[in-house]
Amino acid sequence: MFGKLTLDAVPYHEPIVMGTLVAVILGGLAMLAIVTKFRLWGYLWKEWFTSVDHKKIGIMYIIVALVMLLRGFSDAIMMRAQQAMAAGESAGYLPPHHFDQVFTAHGVIMIFFVAMPFITGLMNMVVPLQIGARDVAYPFLNSLSFWLFMSGVVLVMVSLFVGDFAATGWLAYPPLSGIKYSPTVGVDYYIWSLQLSGLGTTLSGINFIVTIMKMRAPGMTLMKMPVFTWTALVTNILIVAAFPILTVTLALLTADRYLDMHFFTNELGGNAMMYVNMIWIWGHPEVYILILPCFGAYSEIVATFSKKPLFGYKSMVYATSCIGVLSFVVWLHHFFTMGSGASVNAFFGITTMIISVPTGAKLFNWLFTMYRGRVEYNVPMLWTVGFMVTFVIGGVTGVLMAVPGADFVLHNSVFLIAHFHNVIIGGVVFGVFAAINYWFPKAFGFRLNEFWGKASFWCWLVGFWMAFAPLYVLGLKGMTRRMNHYANPDWQPYLIVAAMGAAVIAVGILCTLVQFYVSIRDRKKLTDPSGDPWGGRTLEWAISSPAPFYNFAIVPQIKELDQFWEDKQNGVAYVQPAKYEDIHMPRNTGVGVVMGAFGTVLGFALVWHIWWMAALGLVGMIAAFIVRAYDRDIDYWVPAAEVEKIERSRHAQLKQFQTTQVAPVAAPQRQKVA
Amino acid sequence: MSSPAVSATHGALDDVTHGGHEHHDDGSKTLLGFWIYLMSDCLIFSGLFATFAVLGNSTAGGPTAKELFELPYVLGETMLLLISSVTFGMAMLSMHAGKKGGVVAWLAVTFLFGAGFIGMEVYEFAKLVHEGAGPSTSAFLSSYFTLVGTHGLHVTCGLIWLVVMMDQIRRFGLTDATQRRLSCLSLFWHFLDIVWICVFTFVYLRGAI
Amino acid sequence: MQALFSRLRYAGVGVAVLLSGCNLEVLTPKGDVGVHEKSLILIALGLMAVVAIPVIAMTLWFPWRYRSSNKKATYAPNWSHSNKIEVVVWTIPAIIVAILAVITWTSSHELDPYKPLESEAKPVTVQVVSMDWKWLFVYPEYGVASVNELAFPTDRPVNLQITSDSVMNAFFIPQLGSQIYAMAGMETKLHLIAREPGTYAGLSTNFSGEGFSDMHFKAIATSEDGFNEWIAKAKASQANLDDAGYKALAQPSEKAPVAYYGNVTPNLFVNVINQHMGEMSHDAAKHGEMQMEGMHHDAPQESMQMDMHNHEGGDAVSSNITPAKAEK
Repeated sequence: MFGKLTLDAVPYHEPIVMGTLVAVILGGLAMLAIVTKFRLWGYLWKEWFTSVDHKKIGIMYIIVALVMLLRGFSDAIMMRAQQAMAAGESAGYLPPHHFDQVFTAHGVIMIFFVAMPFITGLMNMVVPLQIGARDVAYPFLNSLSFWLFMSGVVLVMVSLFVGDFAATGWLAYPPLSGIKYSPTVGVDYYIWSLQLSGLGTTLSGINFIVTIMKMRAPGMTLMKMPVFTWTALVTNILIVAAFPILTVTLALLTADRYLDMHFFTNELGGNAMMYVNMIWIWGHPEVYILILPCFGAYSEIVATFSKKPLFGYKSMVYATSCIGVLSFVVWLHHFFTMGSGASVNAFFGITTMIISVPTGAKLFNWLFTMYRGRVEYNVPMLWTVGFMVTFVIGGVTGVLMAVPGADFVLHNSVFLIAHFHNVIIGGVVFGVFAAINYWFPKAFGFRLNEFWGKASFWCWLVGFWMAFAPLYVLGLKGMTRRMNHYANPDWQPYLIVAAMGAAVIAVGILCTLVQFYVSIRDRKKLTDPSGDPWGGRTLEWAISSPAPFYNFAIVPQIKELDQFWEDKQNGVAYVQPAKYEDIHMPRNTGVGVVMGAFGTVLGFALVWHIWWMAALGLVGMIAAFIVRAYDRDIDYWVPAAEVEKIERSRHAQLKQFQTTQVAPVAAPQRQKVA
Repeated sequence: MSSPAVSATHGALDDVTHGGHEHHDDGSKTLLGFWIYLMSDCLIFSGLFATFAVLGNSTAGGPTAKELFELPYVLGETMLLLISSVTFGMAMLSMHAGKKGGVVAWLAVTFLFGAGFIGMEVYEFAKLVHEGAGPSTSAFLSSYFTLVGTHGLHVTCGLIWLVVMMDQIRRFGLTDATQRRLSCLSLFWHFLDIVWICVFTFVYLRGAI
Repeated sequence: MQALFSRLRYAGVGVAVLLSGCNLEVLTPKGDVGVHEKSLILIALGLMAVVAIPVIAMTLWFPWRYRSSNKKATYAPNWSHSNKIEVVVWTIPAIIVAILAVITWTSSHELDPYKPLESEAKPVTVQVVSMDWKWLFVYPEYGVASVNELAFPTDRPVNLQITSDSVMNAFFIPQLGSQIYAMAGMETKLHLIAREPGTYAGLSTNFSGEGFSDMHFKAIATSEDGFNEWIAKAKASQANLDDAGYKALAQPSEKAPVAYYGNVTPNLFVNVINQHMGEMSHDAAKHGEMQMEGMHHDAPQESMQMDMHNHEGGDAVSSNITPAKAEK
């Protein structure tokens, strides 16, 4: 009846897990109680869960990512504590079985359920606004993508309390991840959570490509598109080109585990090296999927806060595209030590190094954007400068490991760990925090508190270097990754420093949470009446904060790259149109939620081999989709009168603001420079 | 890459003519998106073909392609699918001619051929398993069953979609929405045909040599 | 060019000295391969420093110099393009990468782990099997084997043939240089040499499950006499690594103590590879038997081994993912 699932699947004997479970249950109950008490169910359902508004979906992605960041980070703290303790005879406090799940979950969660939703959330929030669109190309699909992603999140979280998670490392190399060496349900949770969320990611990739290709405001040619949108376009192309490979790879692993097939087994002709190749053909583009939109965000931020246009826009676009293409021909550098020939290794090493050229060009372009600018040190800019310094080091160590001869002694060491955290924290996490601070006003109508934002930045920066500089050293001392305990006592002092670094980062995360709290408390004081709190350059700053649900009352006409900046210069940025027209909008739908719920049921049932339930989940998903296809009431028109009412109050607010401020936006005089 | 003219036209459609309350999507967005989806699906098949290419000879002492595959039978299967593509083409011609009844009839014919194809494939699989050449026999057979099975699964989805479309056309007629969906399904169906031709060539023909 | 490299090396050494109040094993190699790799690391770091250091300096200097409160600094609010700068920022990194690419190409061939080391001295062959969770070292020339302890004479190349009996592992002695994966059903190769006697840490660098953290071994580089004594000690062991002995050893175990086998079944290593190879193991896997004996003797040893270099000329995918298989 319940497949492999019995009551023993709950790890009663693990005090840490049970403690977490109690906390989650209490926290969950408290939240349910609050929602019920304030009668928020209807509001949440109508305004958020069933929403097809890209802004709200973007916000939901980012909220979930923040929650998952806490989960992934607590895994990190546990690992650092374990390694700080477990020197010599000491076994530390986490037995291998638990520790192995912790580092696997850390990697999986941080990449798939933190970094990815941050990026997807940002793209949702920003891209349609930057191109002057009213929504994405397929609003329902967007909601569906989010809820499929959510079912992945739910599965990962459930794995903590029912059964176990994979103990294989975040890419689950076979044969270790095969049924013979990993007989528990851990790898199955891994597979199904990634398949569900991966499907969501692919769908949103398609959605965004079409949005960007087809829905730009009139006059916005590709070379007049804001840089963030450019990076989003390349990222989504990478998503559509890379995620299907992940789907196939995991499906083959699934076939091995469920159907006794032999793709990657040691027996009967299976070939584990094929898995390693395939997973990295997805895996390497994946890191560029994460970093490119962050590069885009930095580009927007550095231009805005330097009060100058981005230096070398075209070269930025070409660099982004180059990186996108090159990202598909470097995967083998993840396993130079597999014994491919010298020429093959050298080829992939060199292609990898070539990526550093466009990446370097990007850094220079940011530098020359600041050059002869008027740099303001708001929180987003701090993150950007911190990123530039940190990322250079990460790039250097990356290119170092692209030399196969050097990689032969550095591969799989904690030097590698330090390197990729260097680029992922220094690049992606810093970028996401920069972007959140930058675009927050557009989402909610008020800015984030500067003091706590800066505190968070400094904690992260210092904490990052404290945590990972020792790992660079340890890598050179020959320490490998994923060790539960180690015999060499020399390593311990470094690991203690690293653990302290993690604690400093924890303070940084705490500062961010305080920042949210304080900002919401002081939202009146931090309000953004102009809709343009930073003196922005791109279209999203032309509309009110928070953006109206239809985004643009009148679709803007584009003639320049930084159209809004030009309009401000020419004094036509806030001219009220003579007449408004009806606006066509998609209707909210609960089908995404329903399909996500059935998806969760399907995933859970497959993990535990509860076949009837799996059939229920699958049929439910398909049926919900077909029912949706019969729904012909999927859109509506906002009458011009209503648009006019909303826009009038926006312009009244704007006028009031402009009269109270002498110079609302520090718009410098135009001047010609050779 | 879309030309600026395309997006300009789109903008015009949305902003100038919306007083007429037509549907939001002129169809070009849906078709572009569906094309991109097909490309991603194509990558899934590429992954499976690559896997088959690597493992195709790893028979682990078990039966080989040459021993297992019966070309005439598979040729029959192939003909069913090819004919179904032609009949789908007829359905599309009827659609463009605005003949609702013709569309439904041709779709029904297409369904029968598709279902026949699936039936033959299921029979073939059952026979192989019965002969002791199931998917767990060797890496070669694992990759064979997965590649061919994935194609079969796609065709099955196509069959479900066909049924839904026949019903929708019967109920709603040839509206913008149903025509758009039928165009997507048509792309999907022909795409599966092309994939099958690759399967036939790389799996069966090459195996038989 | 040579002079430039030596300067770059000094730059790299400078960084290394900063780091090394401590002993950095990877940067204090005791053998030729490691020495080469160390200098490669330092040269690469030095080359990259040519770009990285100015960039970091500029990253700190520009935002400070052009801070909004500094009204003395020039402000060029519409300046956003300069062909000269673009050319420089694309060319200089490109030149550095080009130099690095040449170094990469040559060093990858020189340091190819499959390439035998040039040496007057006769090499020692050691066959390495990674198991759950210990290392088995077989000395085919001496008919002995050891667990978790690897001994070899200094100044003589060590030819390592590596495979796995279960999941993937990686064989690595940080102070001697290169690591390489150990994978079931195929053989990878590694060639090392030690120039200084000593006991060096060896470990698995690819996560392999619960007992992974204790999967380390001692690599003893010793004099010719010392090595002979070690072999004699192993020979003296009564333990027998035959079919049954191997089966017992292959059972998963953690923190396995050092052990010696005075007597080893011939072709043990090849049998370990073959039992995981598709063509050969169909019946064996069906019956859940290893069938160590009598399933391989007709094929000559060499032809059964996986040598990925045979595929080097092909494209990357096929060269890398071709499974071990007996030549037909």
